[in-house]
Amino acid sequence: MASARVETKLWVWQRLSAAVLGLCVLIHLGMIIYAVQDGLSAAEIITRVSGNVLWFVFYAVFIVAVAVHAPIGVRTILNEMTNLSQKMTHMIMAVLCLIILVMGFRAIIGLYQAGASL
Amino acid sequence: MSNTIQVSVWRGAEEGEFQTFEVPRQPSQTVLDVITYIQRNIDPTLSYRFACRVGVCGSCAMTVNGRPRWTCRTHVDKVAGDGTLQVAPLRNLQVVKDLACEMTEFFDKMNRAEGKFHPTKTRDDDFDFIKPDDKKRKQASAGIECIGCGVCYAACDIVDWNKDYLGPAALNRAWTLVNDERDGGNDVRLAAVAGDAGCHACHSQQGCVEHCPKHLSPTHSIAGLKRETAKAALKGLLGGDD
Repeated sequence: MASARVETKLWVWQRLSAAVLGLCVLIHLGMIIYAVQDGLSAAEIITRVSGNVLWFVFYAVFIVAVAVHAPIGVRTILNEMTNLSQKMTHMIMAVLCLIILVMGFRAIIGLYQAGASL
Repeated sequence: MSNTIQVSVWRGAEEGEFQTFEVPRQPSQTVLDVITYIQRNIDPTLSYRFACRVGVCGSCAMTVNGRPRWTCRTHVDKVAGDGTLQVAPLRNLQVVKDLACEMTEFFDKMNRAEGKFHPTKTRDDDFDFIKPDDKKRKQASAGIECIGCGVCYAACDIVDWNKDYLGPAALNRAWTLVNDERDGGNDVRLAAVAGDAGCHACHSQQGCVEHCPKHLSPTHSIAGLKRETAKAALKGLLGGDD
């Protein structure tokens, strides 16, 4: 069993990231509903997002929040539902966090630069 | 209404089976009356536990038609509409025999959650003056009426899959003491109730709230513990690395 301190701090991080995610999802969905009136197309997304520092920062925050929130939840599920050791579930949590960060930033950096090659 | 009721009663310990009895129906009959009738008139070897018969002591809790309840405060009319009853021991506790459970672990967990008073004064000191409308007093009052019957513990799915989990009653008890101005044990208490065997294991499914015969809300108490342990962790009061 992880220490009370570790467990409590993970809980705090998950709640904080959930608060950030709540806001991000609202903005994200609100923007889609507002902006996409004639169907969702890659070109339209790129025109809006590419080269825009504000959107880049927004999605960077979004990705970091997901990378914090989801792995902690997956760790809890694994601890409760499997016989994996704490060490193993911590490792899976860390790897998942890294995968989300790499994939997420690869996507938004790609989007940020995409406008230049259009 | 039929004149009799068919009652399936658990016989044995962890291993066992249901035995069916036919019991005459009476007006205002409780499930405890039914069990007592069986023990006194049909099979004196039936084991069960009760004391006060009026919802004060909390010793007669059993699983009635799949739900944990005080049998003394459960009218047959309310739970046996089709004329059948199934009575089993409480879930999540070791069965001693028939309907009697081993409650030791349940009460040990109250201790493990530091559900005991840590005094800060002696008999020579003056009383603490706590106003009835004091915020902490109100929070303590909201959970203080627990009589330790074990119904919430039996209703909790987290206890079912995590045997180390302290459970709703112990955590609710800890929360009443966290709010007790006279108590000086919160550092050890918050460390004891934090973690994956404590308040952070709670999924807020509220089975405890649904079934508590006193209409308490252990889930609310556990949410309070989560907040207080978070504050303690940020202040570095929950112990070292591990």
